[in-house]
Amino acid sequence: MEELRSKARELLASGAVQVVIGYGRGSGGHARALFLRDPGRAHELVYDGSCLQNLCVYLLKPEVRRLGKPALVAHAAALRTILQLAAENQLAEGALLALLPGPGGIETLATFAAIEERVAALDHGLGAGEKEELQRQEAMTLEQRRDFWQEQFSRCLKCYACRAACPLCYCTRCTVECNQPQWIPVPAHDLGNLEWNVLRAMHLAGRCVDCGDCGRACPVAIPLHLLNRKLAAVAEESFAFRAGRAAKADNALSTFKPDDPEDFIQ
Amino acid sequence: MTAMENPNRLIDRQGLARLFARWRGEGRRILAPRRLADAGPVDFAEVTSPDEVSFDHVQTVQSAKSAVFPRVEELFSFRRRDNSVELRERDLEALPLTVVFGLRPCDAAAFSALGAILNWDAPDRLFSARRQRLSLVTVACTRSDEHCFCTSLGGGPGSTAGSDLLLTDLGQGGFLVETLTAGGSGLLAGAGSLPPAGAAADKAARLARVDKKFDLQRIGPALAARFDDEAFWAGQSLRCLGCGACAYVCPTCACFDIQDEGGRRLRCWDSCGFALFTLHTSGHNPRPRQSQRWRQRLMHKFSYMDERQGTLGCVGCGRCSRACPVDMSLLEHLQAVAEAKP
Repeated sequence: MEELRSKARELLASGAVQVVIGYGRGSGGHARALFLRDPGRAHELVYDGSCLQNLCVYLLKPEVRRLGKPALVAHAAALRTILQLAAENQLAEGALLALLPGPGGIETLATFAAIEERVAALDHGLGAGEKEELQRQEAMTLEQRRDFWQEQFSRCLKCYACRAACPLCYCTRCTVECNQPQWIPVPAHDLGNLEWNVLRAMHLAGRCVDCGDCGRACPVAIPLHLLNRKLAAVAEESFAFRAGRAAKADNALSTFKPDDPEDFIQ
Repeated sequence: MTAMENPNRLIDRQGLARLFARWRGEGRRILAPRRLADAGPVDFAEVTSPDEVSFDHVQTVQSAKSAVFPRVEELFSFRRRDNSVELRERDLEALPLTVVFGLRPCDAAAFSALGAILNWDAPDRLFSARRQRLSLVTVACTRSDEHCFCTSLGGGPGSTAGSDLLLTDLGQGGFLVETLTAGGSGLLAGAGSLPPAGAAADKAARLARVDKKFDLQRIGPALAARFDDEAFWAGQSLRCLGCGACAYVCPTCACFDIQDEGGRRLRCWDSCGFALFTLHTSGHNPRPRQSQRWRQRLMHKFSYMDERQGTLGCVGCGRCSRACPVDMSLLEHLQAVAEAKP
């Protein structure tokens, strides 16, 4: 932790960056996002097991962008997010420094190539618990799965915390906010909730880097990340593509290839 | 005080079960805190017996406001006929008789603030009809957490304001019952004769400790003085993601959106935290920045409602802070407002 603090102090004092987006101590001793601009307050930075939020969500927020060049305290999922945002032309090379805390100290990653290399080394796929969670879903019959998700979505308030917490949900105008025509019903009733949640998951298919922040953000504990994880698995099966591994990559669902067998069209 | 019989009664779990059965027999639906799954969140749901009710949580995720202000509500329906429109009003008599059981004293107090907004300039018939058909059986707080600040706003863990009955868990499955309204007496009518609470029923000893966290008198003037301090609001709201979680779990947030769907006019929850909330048809947005929307949230609750409705738009339940995905602590931000040098 001391090393992270002194790195932040050094980066801010030298002017290499204007803000360090990291974690500070919040309610209940948990971590929360901290925007450090004053090197004299670097002692407020923390890094521990409660630092789960994917801070990349702030990289495109106008208020944060105005603070200047950031160094971002990044865990593995955040590194993948940076690459995916780059692949979608949302981040330019050199726009930020990624600070990766690890057992060997703080690694400073200044280029996409360095992040790609680190992501490849860190990438161990899903954990045993995560695989089991996914298999539980896959083991359900269609009817069971439909009932499961209808029950989950029945609690949805349409507060859009899932959307707001997702670093890859960066549209300045979301489809649910378009009303000429109204694609998605606004009310948080069964149909509106189903359409919203399916749309959110589908829009992230082949783009989601599995940080889990959608599920963590949901105030009514809908395990939204499971939908995205399944779609990521489908994208990998179908296109041999995993999001967030390269800074230059085609998008799995919006790239036209003349040699696409399109064998799903019967 | 002269010797006067303690009007309070005692009830046990069997007595509660009899009451639940009686209320259901009278055609009332009972909404109470229920744990979603093992170690899952606790939220209001329709229940049939006290065995389903959670008593050991600090606070539910959502407030009980949906009993009177559902997240989607049909206001009326309409049908176009040639050159005229046929309107059909809601049948207010068909609205459900409801008992909310196990809400907290802060939640019970919140209904008057909610009513103050919804009935402000024009009476809200649907809200008022639902409110009239609603009874509040509150359970006092024997636990609190760091987000609770009811006492800073004039409430308290054993406060009776707004409740028809207030129960205090005395341990070993027994509850002290305070009857606060005629409606509350009516609710107890089916309980048979409840034993009077003796001197041993010490409510105060059971209540959670909730310390005063700031001086409320300072908040209004401090907010007014800070209105144009953009850096202050930007600093507070930098990590805010602009979702609606805080507003939707809040017991007093009353903003709504109107949608027409298949000949039904629907009122849907909305939030001043969303950029779209104030976006004009012209494209102009009077509150284009998240800092302005955050300021609006605080100003509305602690300044505008105080001026216009003579009540605060906050009861210190702490739900917004618990639900916030990025730990925007309302209490902490209010303390900063109260303490900041003008």
